Amino acid sequence: MSLLAAARLPRFPAASRIDAVGIALWGLRIAVVLVVVIGTIGSLIKARYTGAQWFDLVMFGLTIGSIYAQIALGYTMVYGVLRMINFAHGEIVMSGAFAGYFVATAFDHSGLLTQSPLPTMAAVVAVAVLTSTSIALLAERIAYRPFRRSGGLAPLICAFGVSFFLQQTFRGMFGTAVRSYPDPLWQRAAFHIFGYTVPHLDVLVVGLALLFMLALYLIVQRTRMGTAMRAVAEDAEAAALMGIDINKIVVFTFALGGAMAGIAGVFYSMVYKQVYFFMGFTPGLKAFGAAVLGGIGSIPGAMLGGFFLGMVESVGPSLFLDGLGIPAPYQLRDLIAFTLLIMVLIFRPQGIFGERMAKRRA
Amino acid sequence: MSNTALRRSAAIGLAFGAGAVHLAVVGVILMLHQRAIIVGSLTLGQAALLLIAAGAGLMAARSPNVGEGLLSGMLAGAACGLPIAALTMLISLVPLRLIFIALSPALFDMLSFGQGLAAGMAILISSGAIAGLVGAGLRLSPPTLRRAVVPGIVAVLVFGVFQELIQLMLQRYEGIVGEIRDFIYSWEGLTPEGATACFAVAAFWGAGWGFLRQALDARELMPGPKHQRMLRAGLALVALALLPAVAGSYIGQVLMLVGLYILMGMGLNLEVGLAGLLDLGFVAFFAVGAYATALLTADAPHALAHLSYWAAMPVAVLLAIVVGVLFGLPVLGVRGDYLAVATLGLGEIVRVIVMSDFAAPLLGGAQGILQIPKPSLGAVTLGTPVALFYLTLFCSGVAALVAWRLENSRLGRAWMALRDDEDVAQALGINLIRCKLLAYGLGAAFAGLAGSIFATMLSSVYPSSFQLLISANVLALIIIGGMGSLPGVVIGSLALIGLPELLREFGEYRYLFYGAVLIVMMRLRPEGLWPSEVRRRELHAGDETLALAAGGNQLPAVQR
Repeated sequence: MSLLAAARLPRFPAASRIDAVGIALWGLRIAVVLVVVIGTIGSLIKARYTGAQWFDLVMFGLTIGSIYAQIALGYTMVYGVLRMINFAHGEIVMSGAFAGYFVATAFDHSGLLTQSPLPTMAAVVAVAVLTSTSIALLAERIAYRPFRRSGGLAPLICAFGVSFFLQQTFRGMFGTAVRSYPDPLWQRAAFHIFGYTVPHLDVLVVGLALLFMLALYLIVQRTRMGTAMRAVAEDAEAAALMGIDINKIVVFTFALGGAMAGIAGVFYSMVYKQVYFFMGFTPGLKAFGAAVLGGIGSIPGAMLGGFFLGMVESVGPSLFLDGLGIPAPYQLRDLIAFTLLIMVLIFRPQGIFGERMAKRRA
Repeated sequence: MSNTALRRSAAIGLAFGAGAVHLAVVGVILMLHQRAIIVGSLTLGQAALLLIAAGAGLMAARSPNVGEGLLSGMLAGAACGLPIAALTMLISLVPLRLIFIALSPALFDMLSFGQGLAAGMAILISSGAIAGLVGAGLRLSPPTLRRAVVPGIVAVLVFGVFQELIQLMLQRYEGIVGEIRDFIYSWEGLTPEGATACFAVAAFWGAGWGFLRQALDARELMPGPKHQRMLRAGLALVALALLPAVAGSYIGQVLMLVGLYILMGMGLNLEVGLAGLLDLGFVAFFAVGAYATALLTADAPHALAHLSYWAAMPVAVLLAIVVGVLFGLPVLGVRGDYLAVATLGLGEIVRVIVMSDFAAPLLGGAQGILQIPKPSLGAVTLGTPVALFYLTLFCSGVAALVAWRLENSRLGRAWMALRDDEDVAQALGINLIRCKLLAYGLGAAFAGLAGSIFATMLSSVYPSSFQLLISANVLALIIIGGMGSLPGVVIGSLALIGLPELLREFGEYRYLFYGAVLIVMMRLRPEGLWPSEVRRRELHAGDETLALAAGGNQLPAVQR
């Protein structure tokens, strides 16, 4: 696709005018680097945060990053196979969160969530995965499949419509209220190691996320379906000629992405303790940034991109912005994530691991 | 009737029924049920269900054989009733309400018609079958009949749905108008006699217009299709311009909002429709216009100056242009999907900054800026919604003129080239940077103007007014209307902004419909309701070639 290829070409090879734009872009780069460097130095000189606090931030970054990584996988796989952005992926995360929420509250009321956390958690995740997978498949069948062959803005606008439709459907079904996710005692407890606090929840989320991602990686790398999926991502036409059923692969891809999104939805609501109809939008957008950062289409890239984004977002406000004397820097956490997203889209649309792919498609 | 036809009808019916169930589960049906169309016999909710079943029947009745067509229509209608009946049963058997807030006893009462479960289900399925039959009948009936029945049904729906508004408008008049009003309406909706009268008058009108048209056609007195369009657009505009003065301030307020969205729609149309730059952060420019006006005129501590509105407006527009260019500058090299996401991110960044404590000393944070004065003309203050509507109308007119001239200018053609293929456009010597920045800047100017009027309309600005939803609104309306089409923007704003505003209880569901409309339009009619000529040709290029091959001796006129 020319999108990735174009990124490597000199963008505007018209002599005199590039300079103005080039200077502006360089200005942007320098400004961001300056903010990061000066802010970091300022924060370190001020030394407002203790080591334990930094550790907490890093821990939170890892946790939220592992969730972003799972969401980013859905974007990256769909993009790899279909060359389209599944704009509604955030809403699929939200649907998983809602499904998980209802199961978890039911277990919470009956006391089972505290008595036997593991089986109940498994049930919560299973229901969430089932829900978000079916919604992902429905969206694919109804809204995306008809646009398989058409280029231009139509598929993206349609995906935008799906995103809205899902959001508002959940709003209509469950109301606008922000519901609080059940928070039993075992989730709030923490390990204490050398004076550092490691919440159980963080260990659980990061550990399980890594496990699920490993499973996904093995599915994609080792199974027949995974191999077929990679073949389609490489060259859909050739794959079809080799007897691979493209429709089946697309459905498989959406199912995998939807399952990951469902798990991520449960984790996200466990971490933020909130469930509401708009909750998928921001993590969805950020995870898209993570997928691009890692090189869209690359599965390890999406994982690393997610962790990186989570880390920057968690540590960034205290590290970069606090040093500049900005009041209440945590309010600007999303600002950092979105800036990262835009910087990646502008300066390195092929991502960190995307070089190989970009070359191949050039 | 063949097996496949049977299965097809059932499938269509079930799909429509699933749609109806979705509407019921999200609460739309019950909400519509609150509004009576014909007092005591038909509510909007019931009408919606009937229309869905009729739609299923209409879709299913494809067979040229009338009997078979009617049968498949009826079957589809009954199949459409089936999922709803199943839902009714579920509501009565399972306490679904604990999870789905809309599945209330009130919904059960509505769906069972207060007759209990079994009778209710029977009524649902049989009325579905009848509606399906009617739908199929409409499709298979001769056009003369259709021309009478369709306007009749539409008239009853319109007069029923907007009864509050129409009654309010008619309230001022006494005498004969008053008597007609009393005949058609009781206080909460159409009376049965009134509905019959509405249907009869509209049906007569529709049929009569059909005959008149045939007669005119026969004598070649009918203006050509292009003139017809222009005539219709002109009439609609005149009606639009006069309506608030006649209908009072509520309509004025609604139309004023429509006008603001028309302004924004025209701006985004330059970016998306002409230049093909899908910008999802458009609301940022609107916010810039509003905040600039607020800061320059408000009687508040944050204000930088206390200019008059007329002095502040041009500054706001200029500032929006500058922001537009600055906004476009970094994303010059970003294309397609990535551009959409990058602009979305930029728009969110603007919002996050405005909301934060960081910018609060300058922009007022979440509390916003209050006490923005209304504009005045000489000694007259444009304080009422109607006066502001005329201001908006005037600005929209000027903007439309600018947009229209731009569309047909060298720059407009360059934009279209850019939209169709960036690389080719560049190869043809089009300066991409200039073109794109002009698209962002000019698009932003329109939004800035809209923002400026918005600020003075509300007398205050808050960051929460500038959600992503506004970008989505504007995008949806230009897609409905037809990308790149000026009349389309007007149609889109009326349909997507005006209509939900008039049906107030509809408000909370409007975005659900926007989403659905985006999907449906992209699938069924990607060129929009009132497409621009160029676009229509592009999307139906195949049809034209066919027409030519079939012996059409007229070459399609080359644009300009």
